[in-house]
Amino acid sequence: MPLVKNARIITDLFVHVADGVELAGDGAILVTAERFLADPEALLRRAGKVGVIWPNNRDLDGLVPYLDRLAVVALVFPTFRDGRAYSQARLLRERHGYDGELRATGQILRDQFVFMTRAGFDAFEVKKDADADAFADTMKRYSVFYQPTGDGRVTALHRRQQLRHSESAEQ
Amino acid sequence: MYAYDELDRTLINERVSEFRDQVKRRLSGELTEDEFKILRLQNGVYLQLHAYMFRVAIPYGTLSSKQMRRFAHVARRYDRDYGHFTTRQNIQFNWIKLSELPDALADLAEVGIHAMQTSGNNMRNVTSDQWAGVAPGEIEDPRIWSELIRQHTTLHPEFSFLPRKFKIAITASEHDRAAIKIHDIGLRLHKNADGETGFEVLVGGGLGRTPFIAKTIKPFVPGRDILSYIEAILRVYNQYGRRDNIYKARIKILVHELGIEKFSKEVDEEWRLMGDVGLTLDHTAIEEVRSRFSYPAYEKLPHMPDELKQAAHDPLFERWRKNSVFPHKVQGYSIVVLSLKPVGGPPGDASADQMDAIADLADRYSFGEIRVGHEQNLALPHVAKRDLPALFKTLDRLGLATPNVNLVTDIIACPGLDYCSLANARSIPIAQELTRRFANHDTASLIGRLHINISGCINACGHHHVGHIGILGVEKNGEEFYQITIGGRADENAQMGTLIGPAVPYAEVADVIEDIVEAYLALRDRPEELFVDAVKRLGVEPFKERVYATR
Repeated sequence: MPLVKNARIITDLFVHVADGVELAGDGAILVTAERFLADPEALLRRAGKVGVIWPNNRDLDGLVPYLDRLAVVALVFPTFRDGRAYSQARLLRERHGYDGELRATGQILRDQFVFMTRAGFDAFEVKKDADADAFADTMKRYSVFYQPTGDGRVTALHRRQQLRHSESAEQ
Repeated sequence: MYAYDELDRTLINERVSEFRDQVKRRLSGELTEDEFKILRLQNGVYLQLHAYMFRVAIPYGTLSSKQMRRFAHVARRYDRDYGHFTTRQNIQFNWIKLSELPDALADLAEVGIHAMQTSGNNMRNVTSDQWAGVAPGEIEDPRIWSELIRQHTTLHPEFSFLPRKFKIAITASEHDRAAIKIHDIGLRLHKNADGETGFEVLVGGGLGRTPFIAKTIKPFVPGRDILSYIEAILRVYNQYGRRDNIYKARIKILVHELGIEKFSKEVDEEWRLMGDVGLTLDHTAIEEVRSRFSYPAYEKLPHMPDELKQAAHDPLFERWRKNSVFPHKVQGYSIVVLSLKPVGGPPGDASADQMDAIADLADRYSFGEIRVGHEQNLALPHVAKRDLPALFKTLDRLGLATPNVNLVTDIIACPGLDYCSLANARSIPIAQELTRRFANHDTASLIGRLHINISGCINACGHHHVGHIGILGVEKNGEEFYQITIGGRADENAQMGTLIGPAVPYAEVADVIEDIVEAYLALRDRPEELFVDAVKRLGVEPFKERVYATR
């Protein structure tokens, strides 16, 4: 499954470690929320980077205290019609100030890229190669956005007001 | 009318390109039908019994003549020469080919029409009072707010994959024509003691398998805060709405399970934590949208022009005028409802020729504007009274002057088993038969206001729960049966109807309705007592007795 980050396909340096499997070496790991919460301090003491896969039905409160020490938070889309992780993503970015990698995992198609980016995701475990290849083009699908989110894209309303200001300045 | 600017137009065109890519990927097999299903539903495309159905948005029910002509074009070029107006200010085309859908969308986009979020588990087309901006006594034009909310909900990056569909309706009049109490969020525009404009916010209304009347969650939210408050409701719903069972996934179930107090506390907490996230609508933001609504340059006209006095001698004209012409906020003008419920016809259908003709009439008599109401009728919102006689003649010739607005034959019906893969029973033929039974206009006027609503299955697209008489198709041992409820209503006093007894077979439905109506005529205490008020006073018993005594 290709990983897209910063609009490019990259090698995933994080190893998904299943629950119960022993940790080998000091490489970067992605663990489940259960495994992480069982002994967060031990995991965070390791030399390697740590990421957590946080389920979409679990309150973020349990994760928030560790955010500044995590390299990756992976949020889950069990099917692409299940949109709970969009809210989690915005809360992590916009309310809790998380600025590490925010990864979308699960059933990820190109048709979610714009929504996900707007919600704060910057890394995507994409299901199909063709969709991963199409990432940069897909992100150009839209140039107009109605809603303000933490991604900083200028909204239509803002652009209209700027336009109006520049028009009245010219007069 | 709201005029789209370059940004709105760009976004619609970008959506067309995206959808073209999605269809292409489906046709090439790159997308499975399961994957494509969600994507097509985001853009109003259903797979029905016989073909793809294409649902197109008419936001808050306002339409220009140019847009109406484009509907006629789509009906002719891509469909079978007609379209169907729905209960949520949409139009549906029933026979469209998947490969031609992107072209149909592109043709519509040229006139600022789209199909975004007319189906799927997202925030649906925002609906409002079809008489917005022209109804006497309105607080202010609710379409300004409808448009602000339309923009905010369009391609929302957080709420496009909700547990289930989500519908918002807005009214600004005391008499609710937008049925806000049966919506996920209902907004009633009003002014507080300081004269500030804001909304009573209702939440958790809806029909379907588990019907609920919406409850007030906040008596007053200032207009400037309405987007952030809606955002807070949606965020709570997106995270906590049930996703394990589609029949329990609407916000009404969450509100019901938590209770309105607990739910409202959750929303308040989220709203507080949200703080200022750029959603506050300051004066300039509101005026920006307001400035792109244009209003007709009305003339100063007499209340009672000579043309109207003369036409009063024509009994057919008078009968139509009394039934289908309604007061306008400007003297000398009227709102004219165009009945899409001809005797024997399917409710809400209009042919391509009728659509073109209506567009011409709108240009000639209504400043190029047309409205679409949830009752599946159209309206010309600004007709000078002096033009009424001439307008009547043309409408009559077109089959659009059936004087049955709000009467027993003004039936709301879903497409039912004739089109829909979810239906258990037919709806349209029941409606057609009822319009024949009550075809005599004198009888219909004698009966007075009476709304019959028909749904072909429990999903309740025909809003049967809130019909004065509701008819629900069910399947019993492979045959079509119908449950009858009475006493429902969808207005400001909204309530669900009460079941009168066991379901009756297809062939008996019209007889049963006739019995109920006859019972009402015998029981009402005066001619002005409406059917629904008589049911309220008497309960269902006398009607039940009448229906089942001989069956």
